[in-house]
Amino acid sequence: MTYIFDNSLQGLLTAVFEWFERKPGKAVLKSARIFQPEAFVESFTVITDAEKADRVWAGLEKKIKKDWLRKFYCSYLSEIPEAYNHLFQFSIYVFQNSAGAESNYGNEHVIALSKYAKSVEREKHRMEAFIRFQKTGDGIFYTGIDPDFNVLPLISNHFKNRYADQQWVIYDLKRKYGLHYNLTEVEEITISFSHGVNKQNPAPVLMDEGETLYATLWKDYFKSANIVARKNTKLHVQHVPRRYWKYLTEKAVL
Amino acid sequence: MSDRIREKLNILADAAKYDVSCSSSGGTRKNTNKGLGDSHSSGICHTYTEDGRCVSLLKILLTNHCIYDCLFCVSRKSNDIKRAAFTVDEVVDLTMNFYRRNYIEGLFLSSGIFKNADFTMERLLLVAKKLRLEHNYNGYIHLKTIPGASDELIKEAGLYADRMSINLEMPTEAGLKLLAPEKNHADVIKPLAFVQQQITQFSADKKLIKHIPKFVPAGQSTQMVIGATPESDKDIMYTANAFYKNFALKRVYYSGYVPISNDTRMPVLGTQPPLLRENRLYQTDWLMRFYGFKVQEILNDANPNLDVDIDPKLSWAIRNMQHFPVDINTADYKMILRIPGIGVMSAQKIVQARKFGKLRIDQLKKIGVAYNRAKHFITCLDTPYQLKDYQGTQIKAFILAESQSKYLKTDSNQMILF
Repeated sequence: MTYIFDNSLQGLLTAVFEWFERKPGKAVLKSARIFQPEAFVESFTVITDAEKADRVWAGLEKKIKKDWLRKFYCSYLSEIPEAYNHLFQFSIYVFQNSAGAESNYGNEHVIALSKYAKSVEREKHRMEAFIRFQKTGDGIFYTGIDPDFNVLPLISNHFKNRYADQQWVIYDLKRKYGLHYNLTEVEEITISFSHGVNKQNPAPVLMDEGETLYATLWKDYFKSANIVARKNTKLHVQHVPRRYWKYLTEKAVL
Repeated sequence: MSDRIREKLNILADAAKYDVSCSSSGGTRKNTNKGLGDSHSSGICHTYTEDGRCVSLLKILLTNHCIYDCLFCVSRKSNDIKRAAFTVDEVVDLTMNFYRRNYIEGLFLSSGIFKNADFTMERLLLVAKKLRLEHNYNGYIHLKTIPGASDELIKEAGLYADRMSINLEMPTEAGLKLLAPEKNHADVIKPLAFVQQQITQFSADKKLIKHIPKFVPAGQSTQMVIGATPESDKDIMYTANAFYKNFALKRVYYSGYVPISNDTRMPVLGTQPPLLRENRLYQTDWLMRFYGFKVQEILNDANPNLDVDIDPKLSWAIRNMQHFPVDINTADYKMILRIPGIGVMSAQKIVQARKFGKLRIDQLKKIGVAYNRAKHFITCLDTPYQLKDYQGTQIKAFILAESQSKYLKTDSNQMILF
């Protein structure tokens, strides 16, 4: 049996609801985006229903500990196709067992969720570390990112609490949406970039006049803090994987 | 203007880089005044230098003018280098602007001693005070306590700093006397003890009165230079252990000496810094702090130095084979922590998971146990029956044969004929 859902969190939760209503035995959850009909396997298309989803979420809240709710949500944000099925199976597993079952690290779905969550949390933490704001001419601190996972919902509060006295924009170039903090709250935005604009490093004319100075000072600092006698490129790259270098002011070539 | 500030930053960042303390953890300051900055309890490393060390704080000296002449220090009086000094406003401006761009978690401010201890401490205090009071800055501040500064100044600094530290410099008094005759450990111990006593006092008051200001919420740390003087690993770790115990330090840092002088009392210029030794000392430090080992178990008169070819946890296990094999499905958490190849996270997962049924090899691997290492020390549900009891030395040979040290380029497992 294959359950097909629309990729939304509500859709996933609805699928769990539908499974318990029908009890079709072993079922696999797949996203409609990648679903290919198979000859001998029946399929069932889940119709997302907010009410059913809410009931399942409330059930999860009662059944599993808070840190596991977070792991559940993080795994969903990973956007990995297999993760959706693990979330589906995990939900069925915890609902069918007594409270505390989520800490059974011998179960493959429990382990899978803890791994997905770890990857997503790591990416979240990397964004908190590697994002570099550039101050634009109109005083907004801007950055464009393309994280491996959809981590904007997870980093919003961190940046809101930290940069409470400055306007900032964090834009996910891959998923084409961003966050804008307007000194009171964070709102979701989409930007229509004019053609040919560099979204990662906007042209210097658009920037605040102090921007170049502080970027240069930071690059200088980065160079001065290095101890040449201890050079260890392997460790350096392990901590700052190459795919993040494009974010980093200190790693910029120019 | 910008050229001058660039030059100053280059000189004063360069002079501060041998202080290895980098952590920005333990801060509890919240952004309640709609200002700038909010601490992250575990700290954030914003980048890593090409030597692989983390950069989380803007680590600079206020000045590298110094009245002392300590042999191991680049800023010593007799060293012929460029000197510079920041003004208080320059440091404040750099910190604010770096922080706003998410370059850093905060400021680490140290200084050479100019004029006298009080004069220096006063300047450090001024920077912290200005950031906190005038700029609503809630990011991390790590200040050096200047030995010999007055109690009043240190106490006031503690109200604005998140962490304070004083470096022991050399692991033993004898080593310090050799390279820095003007200094002694007592000068370090007095302010460490004073700050510790204030921390205890403030937290006791906090229980009675609700609105007590924070005092050095991230605690104190210290640093020792390794390999400049001939101390054994035992000397180093016993000193570290005593300081952890007596002053409730958050961290002791071990800094492999990077040769910077031609003096005959020290390793000559061009000598490689003792990176492997540094690594082993940190491993021992972690075993003491997170794995429940007593320092006497790892280092004692019979074993005054750590093994080079294997890590101290494996080394302990091999010397104490009477405790192994450990049954994963029944053993105490504390004992599981002592198994080579199992870390804190895996140990916790094992203890949780085994409530649901006895664990098998494949499950252990998925949990994250380094099974190839751990297999010599454990039994679980489907451990193959083993007829022969291997000696510690044989196990060591097995493990070395299949592992590759990142430090030792040559094969340590080669047979020695004579």
